[in-house]
Amino acid sequence: MIYFIKKISIMTFTLFLVSIISFSVFQIIPGDPALSKLGIEASQEQIDILRTELMLDKPASIQYFYWIKNILKGDLGESIRFSRPIKELIGERIGVTLSLGVYAILIAVAIGIPLGILNAKYNNTKFGVCLSIFSQAGLAIPEFWLGIIFLIVFGIIFKFFSLKYISFGDDPISHIRILTLPAFALAISRISVVARHMKNIILEEEEKDYVRTAYSKGLSMNKIYVFHILQNALVPTITIIGMLTAGVLGGAIVVEQVFNLPGIGTLLINGVTTRDIPLVQVIITYIASVVVIINFLIDILYKIIDPRISI
Amino acid sequence: MNIKVKDHNLIIGGVILMFLLFIMGVSFFYLPHSVTEINTKLKLSPPNFSYLLGTDNFGRDILSRLMKGSQTAFLVGIISVGIGSSMGVLLGAISGYFGGKIDEFIMRITDAMMAFPGILFALMFISVFGVGIENTMIAIGIMSIPTFARITRSGFLREKELEYIKAARVRGASNFRIIYHHILPNVLSPIIVAATMSFSNAILAEAALSYLGLGVQAPNPSWGRMLSESQMYFMIAPWYTLAPGIMISLTVLSLNMLGDFLREHQKR
Repeated sequence: MIYFIKKISIMTFTLFLVSIISFSVFQIIPGDPALSKLGIEASQEQIDILRTELMLDKPASIQYFYWIKNILKGDLGESIRFSRPIKELIGERIGVTLSLGVYAILIAVAIGIPLGILNAKYNNTKFGVCLSIFSQAGLAIPEFWLGIIFLIVFGIIFKFFSLKYISFGDDPISHIRILTLPAFALAISRISVVARHMKNIILEEEEKDYVRTAYSKGLSMNKIYVFHILQNALVPTITIIGMLTAGVLGGAIVVEQVFNLPGIGTLLINGVTTRDIPLVQVIITYIASVVVIINFLIDILYKIIDPRISI
Repeated sequence: MNIKVKDHNLIIGGVILMFLLFIMGVSFFYLPHSVTEINTKLKLSPPNFSYLLGTDNFGRDILSRLMKGSQTAFLVGIISVGIGSSMGVLLGAISGYFGGKIDEFIMRITDAMMAFPGILFALMFISVFGVGIENTMIAIGIMSIPTFARITRSGFLREKELEYIKAARVRGASNFRIIYHHILPNVLSPIIVAATMSFSNAILAEAALSYLGLGVQAPNPSWGRMLSESQMYFMIAPWYTLAPGIMISLTVLSLNMLGDFLREHQKR
């Protein structure tokens, strides 16, 4: 129980720091936000009114307090570029990014774990070296480049996948088909991450005493793998999902752009290029908070599965 | 073949990196063609003797632009790793050496920073300070600070309890002297591994940002930018899209392999 309380308090504090970082970075922007919103033609009076409205005449700490209070109430403010509530904009697009992210993580785990096991089993043989060179290559290829190539080869030349976006609500199967290419582009480097992680865990387990005991008992190495090592090695792989989350969400920003998917990433890039500061600020806080919360949930899950873990 | 299987990382990674560094070195003195001169008559011509890798949509030589682009990539790598490692090592050393409240404080901040996926942090920075190569380098540098801080900290935590540090303290060495002359040289190797990995991450991040149009600005060549410019012409000029992607992948691959070699070498 103490574990949970401690974890929750650490998570809350991290979330608080995340909000402080994303708030204070945007305080540095040179120029007066009220002036840039109204244009140079605005009279001093108008500017003053808007300044009071936006609470620019208050110290930064009070501005932060109101900003975070509104966010916690669910009022995320309004986008300058779209003149619409940011909450609506995010609500429309978050589904795409989430399905893409989950899809990519599923692919990475489904392919990465068996690959890691193979790589550990054939470690220090020619086949193992080939596998590790492949996983090195997977890490090195930029996901957006792979995305472009997938898009052109499978989307345009072979027409395996349609390129027009269809939402999950309209047609779930087409939705998944459309996300397949971007999810694979996003997953390739993560497959390598999972495989390498898995390999290291297994190699560590192999050194342990219980493996030697099992071997001296007369079990074949294959049996030891299936019944002993894998069972112990699969538990730590849960933490991989937490490790992947930040990377997948970051990668999704670029991959969405390649495939022109209407997700959070496209919205964010749009915000950055049009300098829509409120939008950018909220999206960045949002994504970072998701990362913190997912990592927290995984810590908890890990603890439930393996009660020996302590802080 | 008489190569030890274990050292394939060093050999392959080293050879590729030497080759890339050679190309970059040459690019300072000699480029086959101008990187900015526009020649619409020659646009999107396939690889030939005069233009070994063909030309782009403005008729500029792709090989020359790739060579010049390697300068950008390595510059971004060096500067951002410089920023990240100097700040990160400093914070990590303070955190690990002094411990207590200051350690707790620095670690919580790095935790919070790590919640921002790398590219997100860079985007935040760029939307505040504007687009450009300098801001790209600084942003990528800042986002690698937590990694360096954590690695340095764990090294310091381990070393500071050892006898030779106690001996140095008894002899009256100052904290600065202990940190800088005694502990730091002993925790340097994991930091060097982290630097290699950050270098390749920086190159990937620069490519991604330039691809989004938020990094290096036209007409300066950058691999990421070339990719985004080439995307439209893939059907007629596939060599244009392939070349910069291969360069990015090779650079990152060679650095990662060297990083892996160094990491394994440490363990032995």
